[in-house]
Amino acid sequence: MDFLDVVVNVLNSTVRLSVPLLLACLAGLYSERAGIFDIGLEGKMLAGAFAGAAAASVFGSAWIGLLIAILVAVFLALVHGFASITHRGNQIVSGVAINFIAAGSTIILGQAWFNQGGRTPSLPSDARFNAIVLPGADAVRDVPILGEIYSGLLSGHSLLVYLAFLAVPFTWWVLFRTRFGLRLRAVGENPAAVDTAGISVAWLRYRAVICTGILTGMAGSYMALAQNAGFVKDMTAGRGYIALAALIFAKWKPVPAMFACLLFGFLDAMAIRLQGTPLPVIGRVPVQLMQALPYILTVILLAGFIGKAIPPRAGGVPYVKER
Amino acid sequence: MAEAAIELVGISKSFGAVRANRDINLEVQKGTIHGIIGENGAGKSTLMSILYGFYQADQGEIRVNGKPTVIRSPNDAIANGIGMVHQHFMLVDNFTVLENVILGAESNALLNSSISKARAELKRLEQEYSLFVEPDAVIEELPVGLQQRVEILKALYRGAEILILDEPTGVLTPPEADHLFRILKQLKEQGKTIVLITHKLREIMAITDNVSVMRQGTMVATRETAKTTVEELAELMVGRRVLLRVEKGEPALGAVKLSVRNLTVKDSRGVTMVEDVSFDIRAGEIVGIAGVAGNGQSELLEAISGVRKAVSGTVTLDGKPIDLTGAADPGELRDRGLAHVPEDRHHVGLVLAFEENENSILGYHDKPHYLNGPFLNIEAIRRDAKEKIEKYDIRPSDCRLKTANFSGGNQQKIVLAREIERDPGVLIVGQPTRGVDVGAIEFIHRRLIDMRDQGKAVLVVSVELDEIRSLSDRILVMFAGRVVGERGPDATEGELGLLMAGVEQQEAAE
Repeated sequence: MDFLDVVVNVLNSTVRLSVPLLLACLAGLYSERAGIFDIGLEGKMLAGAFAGAAAASVFGSAWIGLLIAILVAVFLALVHGFASITHRGNQIVSGVAINFIAAGSTIILGQAWFNQGGRTPSLPSDARFNAIVLPGADAVRDVPILGEIYSGLLSGHSLLVYLAFLAVPFTWWVLFRTRFGLRLRAVGENPAAVDTAGISVAWLRYRAVICTGILTGMAGSYMALAQNAGFVKDMTAGRGYIALAALIFAKWKPVPAMFACLLFGFLDAMAIRLQGTPLPVIGRVPVQLMQALPYILTVILLAGFIGKAIPPRAGGVPYVKER
Repeated sequence: MAEAAIELVGISKSFGAVRANRDINLEVQKGTIHGIIGENGAGKSTLMSILYGFYQADQGEIRVNGKPTVIRSPNDAIANGIGMVHQHFMLVDNFTVLENVILGAESNALLNSSISKARAELKRLEQEYSLFVEPDAVIEELPVGLQQRVEILKALYRGAEILILDEPTGVLTPPEADHLFRILKQLKEQGKTIVLITHKLREIMAITDNVSVMRQGTMVATRETAKTTVEELAELMVGRRVLLRVEKGEPALGAVKLSVRNLTVKDSRGVTMVEDVSFDIRAGEIVGIAGVAGNGQSELLEAISGVRKAVSGTVTLDGKPIDLTGAADPGELRDRGLAHVPEDRHHVGLVLAFEENENSILGYHDKPHYLNGPFLNIEAIRRDAKEKIEKYDIRPSDCRLKTANFSGGNQQKIVLAREIERDPGVLIVGQPTRGVDVGAIEFIHRRLIDMRDQGKAVLVVSVELDEIRSLSDRILVMFAGRVVGERGPDATEGELGLLMAGVEQQEAAE
C-alpha cells in the first residue's frame, strides 16, 4: 500500500466517522442559536438509532427506519422543548433526563421486542443505506491522485453522508439568508426583542428544537442503518457530547462546525488506523490512549484552549415576560 | 380641538391581588406630545404595556383614532400604528442596525430583499427626520444615544404614527437628552403623536403639550403643561406637598476626614476606569460626584470602600491609610467609621430573600449588641429593626417581611438606616435615590443633610444631576475616569452637562 492509499483511506474513514458528529453538531446549532441549550443530543441520537434500527428491521426498509428515527428524536426534542420553553425548566436537567431515558429505554425495549440482549436484529443490506458509487468512479479508479481521491474519498458513501455535508451550506444559508434564520439568531440573543417585534418566542424556539430533532434522528439513523447494521446498546458512546464540544469550538457557526467535526473524526480514524502500529520515535502506543484522544481533545477544547467562545446570550435562560 | 389619537376608557388591570391600573381614562390628542408622569409603581408602564399589547386589560376599551380596537399582541399594536421605545432597548446587540430594523417586519422569507428595502427606507427616514445611523453598524458598538435612535427608527419603519417612549432619558447624558427632545419635537411637527412616560418633572415641563399624572394605579389628573407647575405636578404625583429642593444652611467645615490621592483603578477586564483621581472631603460637607453612568464612579466607590483593588494611589481615613490592595476588610473599615451605601442595593446592599430585620444588621451581625454568646440575639435584632422602621418610616412596618417585598424606596431606607444609625464619621452613598419614589427621595435627602449638619463627611455619587446639585456643597464631575472639573452648588445644569459629556476636555485637547 503506497502512501496516497493510506492518506485516502484515513480521510475516507475521517469522513465516515465525522458524519454522526456533524449531524448532531448542526442539530445542536439550531437549538442553541435559539437559546435552548441541549445536552440531550446524545440521548436523541441514541433513541433515533434504536428506533431507526427497530423500524428498519420490522419493515425491512431503511427509509421507514429513517422516518421513525426522526419522529422519535423530534418527539424527544419536543419533550425538551415542553420542559424548557413552555414550563421554563432547567435546560441542563431536562437534557440529562432525556439522555437517561434514552439510555435505559432503548435497552429495555430492545430486549422486550427482539430478545437479543438489547440489540436489534442484524439488518440485511436492503434495510440499510448502502454506499452510492458516484458516476464514473470505477472508471477513474486507476487515474493517479485525482482518480483515487474521487473514487476512494468522494464516492462510495451512503446517502446520509452526502446529506450531512450538504446540510452545512444549507444551515449557513438558513441562518444568515432567511427570515427564519434572522429570527432564530435574534431569539437566542434577546428574546424580548423578538417578543416586542410581534413574533412568538415560544413558537420560534419550538421550531428550532424540531430542527434539532430531525438532525439528531438522522445522526442516529446513520449510525444504525449505514455505519452499522443494527442497534447495539450505548452505540453513540458519547458522540452527542463531542458534538457539543465541537459546536462550542466552532463558536456556533456552521462551517467551522464542519471542520471541528472533521477534526474529531480524523482523530478517531487515526486511533483506528494506528492500533498496533508502532509510531516513529515513541514506539507502540497503547490502543486505549489512541481511543481516548478525541475525548482528551474534547476536554482540552472545553477547558478553554480555544479562546473565548461567546455563547448565544440568552442561551439556557427561559424567557419570562417581565412585568 | 384636534381629534384623539388614543383614547383609553375605563382600563383596569390586576396582577393577582395587586391592582396595577384602576379605571384609567386617558385621551391623547393627535399630533401632540403627551407626558405621563408618576412615581415608580404608579402603573405607568403597565398602562403602556396594555396599549402595546404586552398585557390585556381586565376591563375597559382602547380606541385608536376614534375606532374601538382590540390589541392582543405587539403585532396588533404595530398594525394600528403604535410603536414603542422601551426603557431597556429591545435590540439584538450583535446584529447590525439594518437587521434590528427588519426583525419581525421582513417583507418575505428571504433576507436580501428585506435588507435592501430597509436600506432605502432608512435613507428616506434619515432625510425626513434627520435621524442618521450607519445602517451597517453593529448595535453593541454604538453609543446608547444612537441605540435609542435605532429603536425610534424601528418604530417608524413599521409605520408608527403613535410613538410611546418609556423613560427614554434614563440612560442619556443631558446633551443626548436634549437631542432626543429635538427629534421628538420634529416628529411632532410631522404629525406624529408621542406619549412620553417619565418620572422626571423637568422633562415634562420641557417638551410636553399635555401631561397626565398617575398615582397608585389611578389617573389623578390631566393638565395642559403650559398651565401647570412643577410643584403642582409633584403634589399630584405624591398626594401631598413635596419639597423638591432640600433646604440647607451653610456648611460648617471641619477637619479633612477622607483624603484620596492619585487613585487609579482598573476594572475586571483590565481597563483603567479611574485615573489619577484626587480629592478631600471635610467633616460637615457633602461632596457630590456627577457623571454619566460608566465613567468610573462605580469603581471609585468600590476602591474607597475597600471592595476593589486599586492600581496606585492612596486613600486616608482620619489621616490613616486604607488598605487598597483589595484585601481590606470592609468590617474593619466600618469599625473605623466608614459607612458605605452601595449603588446596587439589590446585589450588594441587601439579601433580598432575607427578612427585613436580618438585613437591618447585615455586616454588623457580629457586634456584641446583637449577640447572645455565640448565637444571634433575635429579640434584640428585631427590637432594633423596629426602632429603625419607625424612625425611617419604612413601610410596611413589618420587620419579619421578606426584603424583596418592599418597594425600592423602602429598601433603600433599610440600607440607609443600617449604615447611618451606626453613626459613622464618613458616609459614602452611591445612587441614593435610584428607583426611589419622589416622596422617599425627599426623606433620604433630608437624612443626608442631617448627617452633614452633624459634622459628618458625606460623599454622594449619582447620575441624577438634579440630586447632585441640590445636595452637594461641592460638585466633582467625572468623565472617562478622571475628575474633569470642580464646581460649586450654584453651577448651572448646562455647565455640568458639558463637563459630563467631556466637551471641555476635548476642546482643551484640541
